[in-house]
Amino acid sequence: MIDLVWLIPCLPLVGFLINGLIGRRFSEKTIGWIAAAAIGIPFLIALSIFSELIRMAPASRSVQKIVFTWILSGDLNVPFGLLVDPLSMVMMLVVTGVGFLIHVYSIGYMHGELGFRRFFCYLNLFVFNMLVLVSANNFLLMFVGWEGVGLCSYLLIGYYYEKQSAADAGKKAFVVNRVGDFGFLLGMFLIFVTFGTFSYTDVFAAAGEKLAQGGLMVTMITLLLFLGATGKSAQIPLYTWLPDAMEGPTPVSALIHAATMVTAGVYMVARCSVLFALAPISLTTVAVVGGATAFYAATMGVTQYDIKRVLAYSTISQLGYMFLACGVGAFASGIFHLMTHAFFKGLLFLAAGSVMHAMSGELDMRKMGALRKKLPYTHWTYLFGTLAIAGIFPFAGFFSKDEILFYSLQRNLGFWLIGAVAAVITSFYMFRSLFMTFYGESRVDPETAHHVHESPPYITVPLVILAFLSLVGGWIGLPILPGAHVFTAFLDPVFAPAKHILDAGHHADHPSVVLELALMALSLGIAIVGLLGARWAYLTDPSLPGRVIAQIRGLHTLVYNKYWMDEIYDFLFVNSIVSLSRFLWKRFDEGVIDGIVNGAASVMRGSGSLLRLVQTGLIKDYALSILVGVLAVIGYLVLR
Amino acid sequence: MITLQHYLVLSAILFTLGAVGVMFRRNLIVILMSLELMLNAVNLTFIAFSRYLGSVEGQVFVLFTMVVAAAEVAVGLAIAVAIFRQRGTININDINLMKW
Amino acid sequence: MKEVIFYALGAITLVSAFLVIFLRRPIHNVLFMITTMIGLAGLFLTLQAEFVAMVQLIVYAGAVMVLFLFVVTLLNLDEIQLPPDSSTIRWWVGAGFAIAVAILIFPALVAFLPGAEPKSLTADPTATVSNTAIIAKELFTTYLLPFEIASVLLLAAIIGSVVLVKKKY
Repeated sequence: MIDLVWLIPCLPLVGFLINGLIGRRFSEKTIGWIAAAAIGIPFLIALSIFSELIRMAPASRSVQKIVFTWILSGDLNVPFGLLVDPLSMVMMLVVTGVGFLIHVYSIGYMHGELGFRRFFCYLNLFVFNMLVLVSANNFLLMFVGWEGVGLCSYLLIGYYYEKQSAADAGKKAFVVNRVGDFGFLLGMFLIFVTFGTFSYTDVFAAAGEKLAQGGLMVTMITLLLFLGATGKSAQIPLYTWLPDAMEGPTPVSALIHAATMVTAGVYMVARCSVLFALAPISLTTVAVVGGATAFYAATMGVTQYDIKRVLAYSTISQLGYMFLACGVGAFASGIFHLMTHAFFKGLLFLAAGSVMHAMSGELDMRKMGALRKKLPYTHWTYLFGTLAIAGIFPFAGFFSKDEILFYSLQRNLGFWLIGAVAAVITSFYMFRSLFMTFYGESRVDPETAHHVHESPPYITVPLVILAFLSLVGGWIGLPILPGAHVFTAFLDPVFAPAKHILDAGHHADHPSVVLELALMALSLGIAIVGLLGARWAYLTDPSLPGRVIAQIRGLHTLVYNKYWMDEIYDFLFVNSIVSLSRFLWKRFDEGVIDGIVNGAASVMRGSGSLLRLVQTGLIKDYALSILVGVLAVIGYLVLR
Repeated sequence: MITLQHYLVLSAILFTLGAVGVMFRRNLIVILMSLELMLNAVNLTFIAFSRYLGSVEGQVFVLFTMVVAAAEVAVGLAIAVAIFRQRGTININDINLMKW
Repeated sequence: MKEVIFYALGAITLVSAFLVIFLRRPIHNVLFMITTMIGLAGLFLTLQAEFVAMVQLIVYAGAVMVLFLFVVTLLNLDEIQLPPDSSTIRWWVGAGFAIAVAILIFPALVAFLPGAEPKSLTADPTATVSNTAIIAKELFTTYLLPFEIASVLLLAAIIGSVVLVKKKY
């Protein structure tokens, strides 16, 4: 079965081609199910490969399948090769599994939309690229997927391209990602210069000898790769595109901007764990950026009223947690959180989409409230998602987030503190959105209230499945009990080399069970504090937020306007680049380049208009010139 | 004594006169006549060489030249008449259709 | 005696040729052209080319020049006075070209002669034979094909000129 791994990325491409090329006359159902099957079948294949993989010995759980030679040029040999190991397996399962559910959801959600076929084509193309990204066995192929998902993200954000803000958001995502991609490319070049190959196995095997621990080269490589990751995974300083990306259809936000694509950066850092382990400076940078983003984005989530934007900031914040985990060396925990996050954040987005569907496209939480009765499925599933992301026992988020906080504390108290504060805020704003949407008094327009209805099964069934996963998804990573953390054990072979390097310096002391239990209780307490805070502010005393805002008006305005970060970026980078571009366009291109071209043309024209005088059009002048020629020839013959 | 060179020099002067006429007259008819002058200058050298070399071929060629000249004059004059009809002039400076 | 005849004929030819080029009325040009042709025919005679001389008289001085005369009179060209050429530079250029042609052609003609000393024309092997008979024999044997082609050429010229001067075509 493992030989069929090439089918996993291939089938979505086939689905894309079928729908894209011959899907013109298909009905919506056909298109939707072709697209869904193109993800669902790879999921089944991935499951069977997974079952095969866990039957192997843990050490040999890394299989490479070369599909064909892609680039062969001198010393450079880049195959189209797929790597099956625990890490890529997890990613494949998440991408295909969550992707399948979101495809099914989209069939109901996108019903009747203009461009239904286009949507599913892009979605399938996205999944193809995402699978290439996670299953590639070398950096170059990963970069192909990396760019491909960027393209699909751009296309899908700008899905409602007739809307100016959607088109702008697409462009913004593309351009901001480009900055990160630039870093990724440079990092890749440095890897090639150092190792002479792009293959993961070769690079990671040779990393220990070719790169000095903490050396300049490895630090540069990892920092550049991390720059790429910040672009794709929306971390400080390249996070600004993600909130705007919510202009796309909600399933896109769920699939691309919550569950899969944005986690590509985390995957990449985890994949390069060996390199990062060799560069302590980079690792610290990753942790600091991750922690800072987790806190910073969470604060912005508190002030937003747009339900999707709240979720977007929470996505940024949760991605920050994953980077924090990677930065403190707990790569497996980062991936664990990646997986649970894919479940509950996908769920939250889809539930938000369901709300939006019911509310005729309304996104402002100030115009919702008390939807609990009218949207029972949506309410329950959103509640599950909120419990999971807030970290309430025994939901998935509790385990993964607790683990990250635990490892952060082991590394540095500061990291733990910032993570814990962010967790409080996360819990607060998530319950705030839950209460504002589903509880309290109805603030819905009477007009809209009339139409509010529960979504069809296409939408509710994926919600229920994801809600179930949000509940049980964390149970594969139970702490404390020896051998119960199946997930870490499964990923262990991948991260063992990195762990080896990290542990080499100091003796890893096993923390006491008491400490772990205390921390877990603390995490739970943190989540409940957020819950109670939100309950107090939005249910018990709805006037409280207004008063608090009045108290801290300045701060609120700052946060509500996202710290004016977009404006600062515009001022610092966009404007200067625009004026430089304008200078290059007006002065250099139109002046110098066009000047040279036009100059060549006018020299020709000038000499032409001089020579033109010779062409009088009078036969006798032509005869005269013939005579001159004859005389010249005779003169030559005579005087020779 | 009259030598070959005498004839050649005479013919050269005649040819030069013809060439000057072709180049610098504006009347199409005169230009055609100047052409005839040039042809006749060549004829003269043919005959002189024929006499000098004692070969009759020069004279045969003169006959052919005359045929060509006659044909040329006929067609040339026909063109002159056609142009005159169409444009009302035979001033060659006005006939500059070759210049766009 | 021969010298006198040669110089007299040469003078007639050159002077009338000069007048052909430089007179302004077309009718005068045509008339002096005829005298040029007659002078040339005389020169041909001094070279003992009687047949060619006669043909020159008949074809050139007769047919061709009459054709010119026809055109000049038919089109009333004589009354069309072209305005004088304002640019005197052209005439200077013309003179310059004339000198250049002369300078180049004379030595060229002389240079083609084997040995540069004056060549006598007295020795004449064909003097005893009838000039016309020899030419006829050459024309109808060695040069039969060019002769026939020449006739085709004349036919083509006839048709061409008819077509050209037709009023509507």
